[in-house]
Amino acid sequence: MEAASIQAGTPTGRRSRGISERRLAAYMVSPSVVLIALVAAYPIGYAIWLSLHEYSVRVAGLSRWAGPLGLRNYSAIFHDTEFWQALRTTFIFTACSVTLEVIIGMAMALAMHSAFRGQGILRTVVLVPWAVLTVVTARMWQTIFDPTLGVVNAILGTNTVWLGQSPEALIVMIIADVWKTAPFMALLLLAGLQVIPGEIYEAAKVDGATTWQRFRKITLPLLMPALLVALIFRTLDALRIFDLPFVLTKGAHGTNTLSLEAYQTFTANNIIGKGAALAVVTFLIVMAVSFIYIRFVGGNIRGLAED
Amino acid sequence: MATTTTADEVTTARPKKPRKQKAATPKPPWWLWLAVAAIVIFCLAPFYWLINISLKTGPDLSGSAIVPPNPTLDNYDSIFKNDDFVHALGNSAIVSLTTTALALVVGSFCAYALARLKFPMKFFLLGLVLSITTFPPIAIATPVFKLWTDIGLFNTLPGLIIPYLTFALPLAIYILVSFFKEIPKDLEEAALVDGATRFQAFRKVVIPLAAPGLATAGILTFISAWNEFLFAVTLTSTPKARTVPAAIAFFTGSTEFEEPLGTIAAASVVISIPLIFLVLFFQKRIVAGLTAGAVKG
Repeated sequence: MEAASIQAGTPTGRRSRGISERRLAAYMVSPSVVLIALVAAYPIGYAIWLSLHEYSVRVAGLSRWAGPLGLRNYSAIFHDTEFWQALRTTFIFTACSVTLEVIIGMAMALAMHSAFRGQGILRTVVLVPWAVLTVVTARMWQTIFDPTLGVVNAILGTNTVWLGQSPEALIVMIIADVWKTAPFMALLLLAGLQVIPGEIYEAAKVDGATTWQRFRKITLPLLMPALLVALIFRTLDALRIFDLPFVLTKGAHGTNTLSLEAYQTFTANNIIGKGAALAVVTFLIVMAVSFIYIRFVGGNIRGLAED
Repeated sequence: MATTTTADEVTTARPKKPRKQKAATPKPPWWLWLAVAAIVIFCLAPFYWLINISLKTGPDLSGSAIVPPNPTLDNYDSIFKNDDFVHALGNSAIVSLTTTALALVVGSFCAYALARLKFPMKFFLLGLVLSITTFPPIAIATPVFKLWTDIGLFNTLPGLIIPYLTFALPLAIYILVSFFKEIPKDLEEAALVDGATRFQAFRKVVIPLAAPGLATAGILTFISAWNEFLFAVTLTSTPKARTVPAAIAFFTGSTEFEEPLGTIAAASVVISIPLIFLVLFFQKRIVAGLTAGAVKG
């Protein structure tokens, strides 16, 4: 804070030859801004435009306003049971996997925090699932749950076709996601735990607080910022899930998510307009959720922007 | 799953311990070993199963033995003889490295301005960068698919690198901002007093000091590009431009009817190796990057 005020308008700023701070900032920022506009903002705008038009790859070149107000693609989606199915699957998947990840990630973080020896090795071990590609994760759980070669049926003595029937396929997908991302959650929470000063716990112990009380009244509130950030990252990621259902089931047996539904619409069915409309709806849902979250943790972003 | 039970142990088993041995040197209680073992098994056992499968062929595959009875490297042999896979490895390397380099160069300028310089709309810009990271890639892939087919970038490597910047650039900026903020201002100010321009101070003082941050941002950007899947399958159609994740998703064996699980497992292990090495050597750096900005606030 003090450093910032020194820097602001003192002779140093004026004396330095070359261009002003503001202009330098503009130069340094503009390549990123231009790139972001080109690779993110423009496509989103174009997606909205496409979603309002009739456009199918089969009849190349044909492009006209889709129905009244161009909303025909959207009304087609909302009358489509597959869309509602995909929406439901996406939300169930997100709720289940994020909840499990928080619980398991918290347990892992608490254990890792208490383990005073071998923390470095533990952290490396925990990074393995995070580093394994999602596609590989999917292939891995596919082999684990394979009806004939898999270890799960061998242990349970069953011959369930896990990825070939309705609730089971989604359950496998959730397990795969939890395996891959609970460790990430654990690392974020562990970092949060490590900045809580130990004296607070000592003081609470002296005052006779039980372990549960210490967890509820000290750990949890102080961990909240880290927990919220982890929650946002994970929720937004889960809402966009694509690779797991793509590899595990190709979206069959109740695992079709919003992203996968959009992909299948514009590639397999060659309907770009409707695919774009689905992509826009997915975008709006994700944005809505992130705005809700940012209302809670806006301070974090502000903290980064300030000096 | 096993770790959920240890969570209860963490909270229930604790109260007795500290009271019993208050001043004694801390000795790990039994439940902690159990919890640590559970974490290690949870994280490593599934990957071990993949290695196990990759070392089996023929009838051994369906034996579901925990240790391969006749371990063989045949599966590894066959994937390296598979031209599509080898080509995909090359594609992945080119795409991931180019994306990382571009994101670091362009992103470091932007991150420095965000971390150090005063200019209007800074908060807005940072919010914009962060909101890009939340964009669902499908919303980018759909229009870009149409755009690329129109202008001939569909199924090419540049056609992948450009959309990869949508996640790589914000990620690099986000990590670099928090690293740049940690560099003491005094050094830069000393350079300014000595008559250096701001840009010289950035290039000669900040960048060398930020090397660890640049490495962290580079590693994380590389990993996310190496892992990327949605663009890789929507914007390519043949092995010519497919990256490894896409190749693995579309892997079919010599015969059309059986899924060659052994070879898929071998391919999966092979492409995980570079990442496992990155994790082994840069564990501290990766954790620092992942948690950057998450704990301060």
